[in-house]
Formats: sequence, C-alpha cells, structure tokens
Amino acid sequence: MSDRMLNDLSLFAPETAITLTLIAAILADLIFRRKPILVSAIVLAGFIVTGLLLLRQAGVNASIFSGMVAVDSFAVFFKTIVILAGILVVVFSMESGELNSPGRKLGEYYALLCAAALGMMLMAGASNLLMMYIAIELSSLSSYLLSGYTREAPDSSEASLKYLIYGAVSSGLMLYGISLLYGLSGSLDLATINRALPQVLAGGSAASFTLLIAGVLALAGFGYKISAVPFHFWTPDVYEGAPITITAFLSVASKAGGFAMMIRFFKVTFIDAGAAALPAGTWATLQGFHWVDLVAILAVLSMTIGNLVAVWQNNLKRLLAYSSIAHAGYMLTGVVVLSNEGLAAIMVYFGVYLFMNLGAFYCVMLIADKTGSEDIDEYRGIGARSPFLAVALAVFLVSLTGLPPTAGFVGKLYIFAALINGGWTWLAIVAALNSVIALYYYVRIFRNMFLRAAEPSSARITLSGVQNAALLVLLVPTLLLGIYFSPLVQLAQASVRLFGTP
Amino acid sequence: MEIAGIGILSWITFLPVVGMVIVLMLPKEKKDWLRWTALVVAALQVVLGAFLFMRFDRSLGGINTESGMQFLEKFSWIDVRSVSWFGRLHIEYFLGIDGISVVMVLLTALISFIAVISSWNIEKSLKGYFALFLLLDTGMMGVFVSLDFFLFYVFWEVMLLPMYFLIGVWGGPRREYAAIKFFLYTLLGSVLMLLAMIALYFSVNVYIDPAGGLHSLAEAARGMGQGWEKIYTFNMIAMMDPGNFVPGSLLAGLDTSMRYLAYGALFIAFAIKVPIFPFHTWLPDAHVEAPTPISVILAGVLLKMGTYGLLRISFPIFPDAMRHFAWELALLGVISMVYGALVAMAQTDFKKLIAYSSVSHMGIVVLGMSSMNTQGLTGAVFQMFNHGTITAMLFLIVGVIYDRAHTRGLNEFGGLMNQMPRYAGAMTVAFFAALGLPGLSGFISEMFSLLGAFQTFRTLTIIGAATIVLTAAYMLWVLQRVFLGPLPEKWKDLTDMNGRETFMLATLGVIVVFFGIYPAPILNLMNSSLNTLAALLQHGAPAAMTGGM
Repeated sequence: MSDRMLNDLSLFAPETAITLTLIAAILADLIFRRKPILVSAIVLAGFIVTGLLLLRQAGVNASIFSGMVAVDSFAVFFKTIVILAGILVVVFSMESGELNSPGRKLGEYYALLCAAALGMMLMAGASNLLMMYIAIELSSLSSYLLSGYTREAPDSSEASLKYLIYGAVSSGLMLYGISLLYGLSGSLDLATINRALPQVLAGGSAASFTLLIAGVLALAGFGYKISAVPFHFWTPDVYEGAPITITAFLSVASKAGGFAMMIRFFKVTFIDAGAAALPAGTWATLQGFHWVDLVAILAVLSMTIGNLVAVWQNNLKRLLAYSSIAHAGYMLTGVVVLSNEGLAAIMVYFGVYLFMNLGAFYCVMLIADKTGSEDIDEYRGIGARSPFLAVALAVFLVSLTGLPPTAGFVGKLYIFAALINGGWTWLAIVAALNSVIALYYYVRIFRNMFLRAAEPSSARITLSGVQNAALLVLLVPTLLLGIYFSPLVQLAQASVRLFGTP
Repeated sequence: MEIAGIGILSWITFLPVVGMVIVLMLPKEKKDWLRWTALVVAALQVVLGAFLFMRFDRSLGGINTESGMQFLEKFSWIDVRSVSWFGRLHIEYFLGIDGISVVMVLLTALISFIAVISSWNIEKSLKGYFALFLLLDTGMMGVFVSLDFFLFYVFWEVMLLPMYFLIGVWGGPRREYAAIKFFLYTLLGSVLMLLAMIALYFSVNVYIDPAGGLHSLAEAARGMGQGWEKIYTFNMIAMMDPGNFVPGSLLAGLDTSMRYLAYGALFIAFAIKVPIFPFHTWLPDAHVEAPTPISVILAGVLLKMGTYGLLRISFPIFPDAMRHFAWELALLGVISMVYGALVAMAQTDFKKLIAYSSVSHMGIVVLGMSSMNTQGLTGAVFQMFNHGTITAMLFLIVGVIYDRAHTRGLNEFGGLMNQMPRYAGAMTVAFFAALGLPGLSGFISEMFSLLGAFQTFRTLTIIGAATIVLTAAYMLWVLQRVFLGPLPEKWKDLTDMNGRETFMLATLGVIVVFFGIYPAPILNLMNSSLNTLAALLQHGAPAAMTGGM
C-alpha cells in the first residue's frame, strides 16, 4: 500500500513542485519584503523545475490516487503547455510596466499564478468528476483574484466581479450536471460511468433525455473555461480589464486546461467502448447520445460569432479576446471528428497557439506600456516607431490568421485535414471561410501600424535587451514551426493516448 | 544542373530572398545601394532564365510524368512518422519545370527585372519596398517551379502579404481599400484551394521506398521493392494518375459530385487570380491604386498564376471535371472578353482602362485553354506570355504620363504626338500589339486561341472574336485622345521619355515585335508539353504514361 502511495507521489512530482513554489513564493514575500525580484526569480525557477519534471513523465500511462488523477501522455502534453505559458507569463510580468508600478506588492500575484497553474495542471489530469470540479474551482478562484489585481483600475475590479459571477453560475450548472450523472450511473469515476451508461441508456428515452441534460450542463462548465459561444460573455470584459499578463495566461493556459478536461470527459465517459469495428484511431459516440452535434454547433457559433464581433472592436485586448473565442471554435472542431487525428490536430494547434497568442499579447503589452493605450488608433505609425516590434506583431497576427509560412498555418492545416478526412467537409468549409473573416480584423492592425503615419509628436519606441530577447523567443518558433513542423506533430501524435482508453 | 551544390531552380527562386536579407542589412540612407542590390538580383534571375532557355530540352512533354520534367530537384522536406494509425506524412521539396512553367519562369524573370528598373524613382521607405518586392519575387517564381502541391500552396500564400503592403503603403489615394480587397479576395480563393488540396491528399496513395522515391500504385502492382510503404501524398504528378486514387476515397472515380466540388473550389481560387468574370472586381481597384512597378508585376505575372494553376493543377488532376465544365469555362472566358472590353471602352481613367483590358485579354486565355486542343492551349500559354509583356508596357506607359502630368484623365490630354515622339512610338507599338495587329506578338496568340476554340465551341468563339473589334475601338480611341488634336496649353512643358523609361519600353517592345514576326523560339518551348496536356484532356491519362512517376 505504501509503495503504491510512494509511486503515486512520484508521479505527482510536477504538481508537488509547483505547490512548493507557491509556498516558497509566499514565504519569500514575507521574509524578503525589500527584494521583490526574489519572488519572481523563485517562481520562474519553480516553473522551470516543474517543466523539467514533466519532461521525465514522457510515455507514462498511469492512474494515481485511487483513480482521481490520470498521468498519461495526453495530460503531460497539456500540462507542458500550461507550464510553458507560465514561464513566459512570469517573464512578461517582470517586464510589465502596468504591474511594476511603484508601491505595488507582487508577492501574492506570483503565488496566485502558481495556484492557477496548479489548478490547470490538475484539470488536464483529473479523471474523477469531483477532482475535475475541484481543479476547475482552484484555477478559477485564483484567476478571479488575478484578473482584479490592478484594483485601482476600475476595469480591473469590474472584470474580476464579472468573471466571478459568470464562473459561479457556470460551475453551479456543471455541478448540477455532475450530480445528474452520479444519479444515473452511481459513480464519479469517468471510466466507471462509461461502463454503466449502456445499461442506463437501455432504460428508455427518459434516461437518455436526462443524460442529454447532464451532458449539456457539463458542457456549460467546459464552455465557460474555454470561452466557447454561448458561454463566452465574460471573456471580452475580463480580457480587457485584467492585467495583460493575466489575459495572456488565461487565453492560453486556462484554455489548455479546459480543453484537456473536456476532451477527457467526453472521450472517456461518452464513448461507445463496445462499438463495432472501427478504423484504428477512431471511435463512436454512445448509442442514443449524440453529443457530437452539440459540440459541432458550439464550434460553429464560436468561430463565427467570435470572428464577426472581433471585426468591430477597437481595443486590442477586446479584439484578441474575440479572436481567442474564434480560435476555441477552430479547436473544438477537432473534437467533433472523434478520432486521434482530431485530438492530435488540437494539440498541434495548442502548440502553435501558445507562441503566437502569447506573442501577440506580449506585443500589445509592450505597446501599451509605451503609449499608455490599447486602442487600435494608437497603433498608427508603430511600424516607423519600432520596426522590430511591429514586424513581430505582424508575424504573430499572420500566424493567427493561419497563413503560411507561419506556425498558425500548420495548426489550421491539421484541423482542416482532420475534418476532411473525418467526413466533416461542411465544417471544414465553415472554418475556412471564417479564417477569411479573421483576416479582415487582423489586417486592420497591420493597416494602422504600417499604412498610416503616426502623430508627428510621437517618439520612437525602444525596447530593452530582455524584451527583444523575449520577442525573439516567441518569434522564432512561430516562424520555424511553419517551415519545419515534424517535431511538434510527432510529439502531438505520440501524446493522444488517454489513460483507460485503447 | 547545379551551381555550388544547389539546383538552378532553387537559385532562381531563392536569389530574391538572399537579396532581401542584403537589403534588410543595408542602412536605409544608402538608397542607391538598395536599388542596385535589387537590380543585380533581378538581372541574375534573367541570366539564369536565359540559361534555362538554352538548356531546356524541347522534346520532353512533362505535365504528368516526372521523367518529362526538367531541372528536377527533389528531397524530403517534412517527414513525420509516428503512431501507426496516423500514417506517415511525407512532403517533398520538389521543383521541376516543363514547357508551360518554363515560359512563365522566363516571363517572371523578365517582368521582375523591368519592374525593378521602373521602381527607380520610388523614394518612400525604399528599404521596406525592395525587401517586400524581393519576397514577392520569390513567391511568384516558387509557384511556377513547384511540383508539390503543399509547396505550391506555401509559395502562393507567401505572395499575399508583400502584395498587400506594396499596394497599401506605396499606392494611390484609395490604397487601403484596394489592398484589403485584394487580400480578402485572394485569401478567400486560397482557403478553398487549401480544402481541395487536403481532399486530394487523402485521396491519393503512392508507395515510398526507403530512399524516399515515390512509386505509383500501378508500378507497385508490377512488383514491390524492399521496404516500400504506402503513404498519402501532395505530389502533383501522383495526383494526375487516376490509378493512384484510393477506391472509396473522397475524390476517387470519375465525374463524381465530390470531384466536381473540388474542381469548383480550385476553379474559384484560380479564377479570382486571373481574374475571370464575375470574380474580377478586385482587379481595377488594385491596379488603379498600385504604384506603376507593382501594377506591372500584378498584370505581368500575378494574373498568370491563375491560368497557370488551371493548367498545372485543375486540368491534369481533374480532366473529367474539366471536360464536363469546358463549355461553362469557355462561356466565362467569352463573358470576360466582351465585358472587359465594353467596360474598358467606358473608362476615362487611363489606368482603369488598361485594367479592364486585362480582364478582356485574360478572357482570351481562358477561352483558348477551354478548347482542349493543342492550338487553343498554345494560344492560351502564348497569350499569357504576350499579355505579360504587352500589359507591362501599357502600365509603364500610364506611369510615364502620370509621373509628368499627375493625372490619368484621358480626356485631359491631346496632341502629345509631337511633344513626346518617343513616347508616342512606344505607345503605338504597345497598343497595336494589344489590339492584335498582325506582325506583333498579340496577334499570333489570339489567332491560336480563337482557332483552337473554334473547333470546340463555334458560337462562343464567334462572339468572342467580335471583341477584337471592340478592343480595336477603345485602343484606337485612346491613341486618338492622347496624341491627336490640339495640345492643351498646360501640357506644353511635358518632356519626352528619359533614358530609363526608353530602355524599359524598348526592351519589351523588341520582344513584342520579335515574337510577332518569329514566335518559334517560344512555341517550341511549350509544344510537346501542350501536346501531352491536350492528349490528357481529350482521352484521360493513358496508362502507359503513368509509369514514369
């Protein structure tokens, strides 16, 4: 028994490391008040160590703590995304003018960042409904506080409150869905529920209707986390009001955690394990519960509404918020195809999304720090005022649009390929047309940066060495993965394995 | 054919990228250095083009056989092997040219060279201008030499952004609108192309040997080598062999609705670029707002990418769909011809008139290629070349007058014949070539197109041929308005063309006259390829020809 426990704990090492970092950050903040840089250094080191511990888990396929948490290559992939986003966001935070204003204490900020990351990592691994709920709450509560961190800014408090209210409602809905599922199947463990469901469904239309309700309610919780339409209403306000570093973190890490959890939930719980022979790497939904259609509708709505509304935004953070809703839509289509190919496509997409989206937010942050504004009109003449920054932002935006030779194209390519190969041609066409709409609003930013002249009074923008280096760190993968993407694709395809599924 | 271990086609394609890097490293005050760097790169491309022209084997057909392709370069670019159920992703860096592409490569080298000279008087952010220009050059060249669909698509898209900025930053008053319109239209087309490309990818199987060589299914049926593995492929030549389509896959079979759909998606992508009516509305805006050298590139090369795409990809991969929709294609060609000519006639803006004449002239290309016979195809490809040179002249001519008078209003001019005699000479040659006067190159290609099309679509061709009269009318009317009549007082000080302008127009003029009298050098280049293509279109791919894969 104790051997088992020790083994479980060793597999829990990354989470333990991030928890220790959290404690260390609080202690360092208490003891070395005068040296704020120490806290950020500790947190950065903690994230890096966690990342290294994650690398050691490559290829593991196990379940720990009596089936509460799965440690499989799928979870490890998404945890890595969370940790990489964490590392980059810590670096951003050290550079942010907004956060490092005189008199602000950042000890709790970094501690909360660790807590949020821990929650998201648990979301990626949770294989028990209760564990999932706790993981969501951990990441959400930390995120509420983080998004209100610059509390002297009125937007920030409003963002925090809105986030809290929407979060409370959707987690309530999800909890209700969980209780229905428990009532139907008598278990909280995903695999056990899956085994119980065929008998439940055999019970007639009332049971399958209840199951549908439970599925929709659970979807509300996931949809909120990944900001899919129609659970997206908090996103623009929170993204606009929160400190940019947190917006960036939420847009990548929180979404990664949400996607990982949602995929695990649907793929383990609602898959017909006894379905007749299917081609390798594909699976079927439970007879009588076609949740795939629900997800397809969500995907179409997210893409279309996200992109169409983004066209009208003038605040860059809001614009990127709607664009992130649209990107959630593209990624959701990968779920719809019910195949490993679709899963791998989502993971490839996350791999490139990490760099391009964080890159875009970083550029927005740098520009906001220098010009004091996130308004699209303030972007006039940035091309002349800081050519490197403008070109970098242009590359990230081109990548978000999905044009070759940038990484974003590879993400789109794999999503479209999965859709077409899976027979979802109409969805592929919708997604493709959506990327044309997306171009329109990304191009508005190019237009202001390069085609319009700045006010004569505006000065050149100069970047520090660290800032240039950070931009390069994001820029190089965004371009390189567009030309040579084998490693990422190989990693993604090797990581589609979920514990407890074939 | 290698220079310093790198194939000649890679050189001609990526030299501009080298130039771009140099341009980016030069200080921006050294304007002449920037110009000369671009000029040297463009000149080297012309030299390489001349080399290709001399070494090109005129007897090889190309199109759907790898052995018929020349100056091949092929190595594995992306190779993803992982869990068994994903299969293996193998993308090749695969370049080669046949009789159709060699003509386009020559045209691209020539027009880029002329466009660099024409850029000499641009002063605004020169560094950015030439960096983007050279990137655009690589994109164009790459499209014409790629034999892998994935690679083709990457080059196709690489062009979009430079073009957006070249119009948007250096263009006229409504440049922002024109640039975004161009971008959105083309992107709409290219996402459709992307979907068709993916559908093709999942429909075509080949065998790959451990050395990376591809073998058609027919070849594998005759005997498999050691370690051959079945993969999907983006290889265009493999896609042209009906035997490689996986039974039951999305695009398998002949004349299925999915095949029509994919053909349609590709058609829209290419038709937007040509542009074929009704996808042409971006063109007048883009042309009117673009600076002169970019108009030259746009009309001279970019439009050809659309028709080239049809010839290289749509027709040989979907000969069944092409045959099924040939009449509709010819109809759209004729509509473009008539409509373009009629709208051109109504223009008073010199540049807009030339832009609409492009729509009309590219309609001839479309009509010619819809004929499915060698004459029509020869006319089409030759017309692509001729339209490139002639329209480049026309846009340069507009640029010359606009630089001096700062207006393009046709009705404001008159009596310039004596004022600008050299200009009048160049313009007369270009206009007569455009309206198809015998003895100039435009005549021959129009003749061939119409002759070929007449055998297939009589009525349509007769209607189309009538536009020659319309073309003559509006072209002559322009000459009359610009050169004849009294000279307005305000144009008394206009100077004639300077040496640089004369050089550009004389170079193109000589080519137009030369190929008008003696077209054989160009026709010989493309003849065997077009015979192969015509045979493929009329009879489908003969089994004997697929072995060379």
